[in-house]
Amino acid sequence: MAAVVGQQLAGELAPVPPRVRTGAIRRFPYWRWIILVIAGLYFALPLYAGFRFAGISSFPSVASQEGFSAAFTLSLRLAAITTVLTLVLMVPTVIWVHLRLPKVRRIMETITILPIVIPPVVLILGVLEVSPAQLKASANLLALLYVVLAMPFAYRALDAGLRALDLKTLVEASNSLGGGMGTTLWRIILPNLRTALLSATVLTVALVLGEFTMASLDQYQTFPVWIVAFDQTSGPISVAASLAALIVTWIVLMLISMIGGRGGRGGRGAGATLFSVARREPPGGS
Amino acid sequence: MTADTAPAVAPGPAAAGPGARPGRPRHSTLRSARDWAGLLPFGVYVGLGLILPTIAIIIGAFQTDDGAWTLSNINTALHGVYLHGLEVSLELSVITAIIPGIIGFLIAYAIFTARRGSMLRRVTITASGTFANFGGVPLAFLFIATLGTTGIATGWLSAIGLNPYDHGFNLYTFSGVALVYMYFQIPLMVLVILPSLEGLRPAWREATSNLGASSWQYWRYVGGPVLMPAFLGCVLLLFGSALSAYATAQALTSGSIPLTSIQIGSFLNGNVLAGQTNVGKALALLMVLIIAVAMSLYALAQRRAAKWLQ
Repeated sequence: MAAVVGQQLAGELAPVPPRVRTGAIRRFPYWRWIILVIAGLYFALPLYAGFRFAGISSFPSVASQEGFSAAFTLSLRLAAITTVLTLVLMVPTVIWVHLRLPKVRRIMETITILPIVIPPVVLILGVLEVSPAQLKASANLLALLYVVLAMPFAYRALDAGLRALDLKTLVEASNSLGGGMGTTLWRIILPNLRTALLSATVLTVALVLGEFTMASLDQYQTFPVWIVAFDQTSGPISVAASLAALIVTWIVLMLISMIGGRGGRGGRGAGATLFSVARREPPGGS
Repeated sequence: MTADTAPAVAPGPAAAGPGARPGRPRHSTLRSARDWAGLLPFGVYVGLGLILPTIAIIIGAFQTDDGAWTLSNINTALHGVYLHGLEVSLELSVITAIIPGIIGFLIAYAIFTARRGSMLRRVTITASGTFANFGGVPLAFLFIATLGTTGIATGWLSAIGLNPYDHGFNLYTFSGVALVYMYFQIPLMVLVILPSLEGLRPAWREATSNLGASSWQYWRYVGGPVLMPAFLGCVLLLFGSALSAYATAQALTSGSIPLTSIQIGSFLNGNVLAGQTNVGKALALLMVLIIAVAMSLYALAQRRAAKWLQ
């Protein structure tokens, strides 16, 4: 992840030998570790307690429980629709903003942060009020809403990925070699955004697989809603299912960050993952 | 593609045609209109998915069940249990914005100073991405297994004579919910504050150092003032996130502590007195207003922050 930015920076920072005493920076690690250890404990303890409660034997049996496959299939379907819609909507928009309307970026940032703060209960209340009956009768309505919920994460991942590129130069180079818009997008921009696209996808999928409020209020039994309902039958299996979902997400994110950090050009969008922002515009970029 | 619109990369839908050619003066207006047109799909989606539902709520908040105009919903929402719910919601959101804000900042700074690309950084940032999205019932389960009356940590603490339940703590009340909220609020803070930290230039630190300033002086006169707007902005964001949380508190307390989001949810679940259907919308409107204030301040803070950080 920030590794790419790291690579650029490494050049600047490398000449400073690690042993040089640069002010307080050297003294810092001492309390840095205290904070990280305390935080680590706070985050690890509930996971440990969950594992203890669930017991190892619960994990393999999650998939064979009644209702699991229906709920999981529904969640996967919603995740697929949401991801495709999100990328189709956000990728061209963010590229467009970077190329043509850089001034709008700040506004975009504010708009796309809204879904984090507008309560899902409020949103679903309003949506059920205005959406046409046909749409209301379909679980796909949830996918349409999840696109809105995914915006904060998708936008930031893509924005960070694009900031790490010298987009204007790439596009101009492609054009001067005769590449049209489609070619430029497919063969130049998207490959360079690989990591950003990947992290936007994972965050979107994670969001859909974990979203409970809207699904339950819209009365569809998605995976998280099933987990809650199934708690009545077997608490340990419920907990095992939620732990498994959490850990799989984390592992996938880690893998992406490793791939992104590994190197060369392909990793350029890697500064991207999550909210992390690349250093600064290359000189000349506005 | 028409050649006269020089670095024209993307042909804007319809406008790329002959219209763009003749008048040089009109050229720029046309082009900027075309630039804006590129935002149309996004704008329409946000309009339909975010703005329209909000407007529907605002209108509904002022209507009776039969559609006549009224202020009674707002009136009900500002009294009794609902007012109490708002107060508790605000109190909870402020606490779970400020404390995780500070802790999250410290964690973000700790990993910010770690070597870029190091394992520590990677683990922390990806974990933040995962945990910031983790909430609701699964989270409640984990905490019940940890700090519930028979939880593991409760057992350990009782063994050394510090049973938290004897000292005013209860997982199923305000203090418990606040503690659980931090589980997703702290990672969210790490994620949103990190870009601002990346904007702190090493040169500033070096310059203060060269001028003989201590670490404290650096933070007091340079780092602190530069970061303050960004920090406040992020805390406001956490405030909004806490205010909008629903599933976690619902799962943990089954509605036994009054929170506005849970009260709105119960309207959706159909637990309503006759003639009060739209009180839920009035509550939603109040929340939207609070969020609007917080977000305006957030935008303001972002603008201040941008002065130095980007």
